[in-house]
Amino acid sequence: MKKTNRTLLSAVVSGAIAATIACSAQATTDGQVKLGILADMGGTYADICGSGCVIAAEMAIEDFGGNVLGKPIEMVSADSQLKPDVASAIARKWVEDEGVDAIGGLVSSAVSGAVSKVNADSKNITLISGSASNTFTTKTCSPYNVHWTYNVVALANGTVKPMVQAGKKKWFFITADYSFGHALEGMASKVINENGGEVLGNVRAPLGTTDFSSYILQAQASGADVVALANAGNDTVNALKAAAEFGLTEQMDVAGLLVFTPNAQAMDPATAGGMRLTSGFYWDMDDETRQWSKRFEQRHGAIPSMIHAGVYSVTMHYLNAVKAAGTDDTDTVMKTMKATKPNDFFARNATLRPDGRMVHDMLYVEIKKKDERKDKNDIYKIIKVIPGDEAYSPMLPQCNFS
Amino acid sequence: MATLFDINLFALFGQLLVGLINGSFYALLSLGLAIIFGLLKIINFAQGAMYMLGAFIALLALKYMGINYWFALILVPLTVGLIGILMERFLIRPIANEDNLYSLLLTFGLALIIQGVFTHAFGSSGLSYPVPEALKGGTKLPFMYLPNYRAWIIIVSVFVCAGTWWMIEKTKLGAYLRAGTENPQLMQAFGINVPLIVTLTFGFGVALAGFAGVMAAPIYSVSPDMGSNILIAVFAIVVIGGMGSIGGAIITGLGMGVVEGLTKYFYPEASNTVIFLVMVIVLLLKPAGLFGKEA
Repeated sequence: MKKTNRTLLSAVVSGAIAATIACSAQATTDGQVKLGILADMGGTYADICGSGCVIAAEMAIEDFGGNVLGKPIEMVSADSQLKPDVASAIARKWVEDEGVDAIGGLVSSAVSGAVSKVNADSKNITLISGSASNTFTTKTCSPYNVHWTYNVVALANGTVKPMVQAGKKKWFFITADYSFGHALEGMASKVINENGGEVLGNVRAPLGTTDFSSYILQAQASGADVVALANAGNDTVNALKAAAEFGLTEQMDVAGLLVFTPNAQAMDPATAGGMRLTSGFYWDMDDETRQWSKRFEQRHGAIPSMIHAGVYSVTMHYLNAVKAAGTDDTDTVMKTMKATKPNDFFARNATLRPDGRMVHDMLYVEIKKKDERKDKNDIYKIIKVIPGDEAYSPMLPQCNFS
Repeated sequence: MATLFDINLFALFGQLLVGLINGSFYALLSLGLAIIFGLLKIINFAQGAMYMLGAFIALLALKYMGINYWFALILVPLTVGLIGILMERFLIRPIANEDNLYSLLLTFGLALIIQGVFTHAFGSSGLSYPVPEALKGGTKLPFMYLPNYRAWIIIVSVFVCAGTWWMIEKTKLGAYLRAGTENPQLMQAFGINVPLIVTLTFGFGVALAGFAGVMAAPIYSVSPDMGSNILIAVFAIVVIGGMGSIGGAIITGLGMGVVEGLTKYFYPEASNTVIFLVMVIVLLLKPAGLFGKEA
């Protein structure tokens, strides 16, 4: 065992050293547009932004026509492994050596934070589609951040507010113990307090917890009206499973604050049916969404999550801006992107604000019960459309990069 | 409500019981590892993947062949055990005479491949396996609501663990096995087929992981990374219990479940590190582990 430990240790150390050897670079303005897509190819979030994110970007490039500024559009992709150090090493290599202009995909707030930092130094564009934290347009805002799809503010306003207003005043949180979970819990607590509710307690469960029974018992003992799950992916599915098993779902409401379509499909309809949540997109909303989703499903083998649709939409918006500006110069392209209103099957009533936040209509949906479903993809019914300015918080003056 | 030093005793009982249930899983998994390591000196990093395989095979058998939970409890460990036997015969045996670092790397690579294939085929979001009809519902205890399935887990794993321990430590078959791994030449001279014993033991250890996988399927999300999440903790448990000690693995498994359960109550942030903390302390004070024989 000793030898193994030493081998493992040296691997870790050399990885860390590799990550620190780096110098700053400048964005290339060579008239050659090259996109980088960073996704989670084999980890927890592979279904919501793995190969699907790459496919969505490819579709956008094809639909755009494949060429811009008189040259073919190039694309590279890589696995972030959900590790910020890996992600920032790849991002550096891309922008320094390979002439990548913009990096997209980007699932996990920690990964996006690392890439956004690299791009802020090198003046490259970060097209965040998969991450939830609102830090990219507040605390760590940058002139080169573009945050598409959703964020924790929209989730909290969309899901929590109607429940508090309907009289569910007492809340208990089961939170994923990392930056995303903390941000989501913080934002949801703020909404609860502002609307006259109260937070009775919380537990912070490590990411990747399999057994939530202990946390469910604590939630049960809290006497809350609602147990909010401020986590994502398998954590949400496992927490909900334990909640049903220990009879919690019969005493209290469970609110999944961030649920993606593949996770909703993995939940037992008997438990999850009736649960309401906020999403940036649903494939079966209207003809436009259905048409795109059908094409995506043929290539990917599953219906698109909101992140997939977001990647397509933001890639298209970026390429349109390059074409309109007639250059791949970062500052000019950013200016054009912000001056043009995004408008496609995904971005409805949308604007890209000077802080980089893309504000668009969000959907308040309910998970269908078993007898309401036509097939395995028929999972949500749309309760209402939340206008963008109700869902997202106003821009901060210090992040106004107009 | 009964309280002591500001701690709600009822809540504490609940956490102890839940910890014991999780401990049963740890016991089942670490038992398999302890057998494989203790008797065969193979560090099997694919044990987590076999646990995952167990859950997936149960799920697929239900979906495509209509094999229910009760049959799966018997058939799945046999299938997984068979996979283990093939693995031992064709992959591990050729490197049996090398340093055991080789088997560690081999099984680790195998685990990554299996997990990768399953992620590719089924996605990373996980699938759901229904709780068998007969074990649905639960019992209202004074301090908590105990789902019947969880009670079933404790009973079954205590039974399986005790049975395995008895078979290895108390029966003639177990004696052959222990002797065969202690001094293979001598046993072969007595006409015992040692390679066969080794293969069967490996198969049995792996089958235990498959069994734990079936037990886990109804309560956890069946996903490709379910094994890798739990494997490192299980290795730590084997180290704490004393490498190779069968009884040690069982007792430590149950004990660590309780320790982890209490941590989830008092300081949840540390719940996935507490086992390693205990491991460090045990290694410092008693390098051979709590029940290990040699230093």
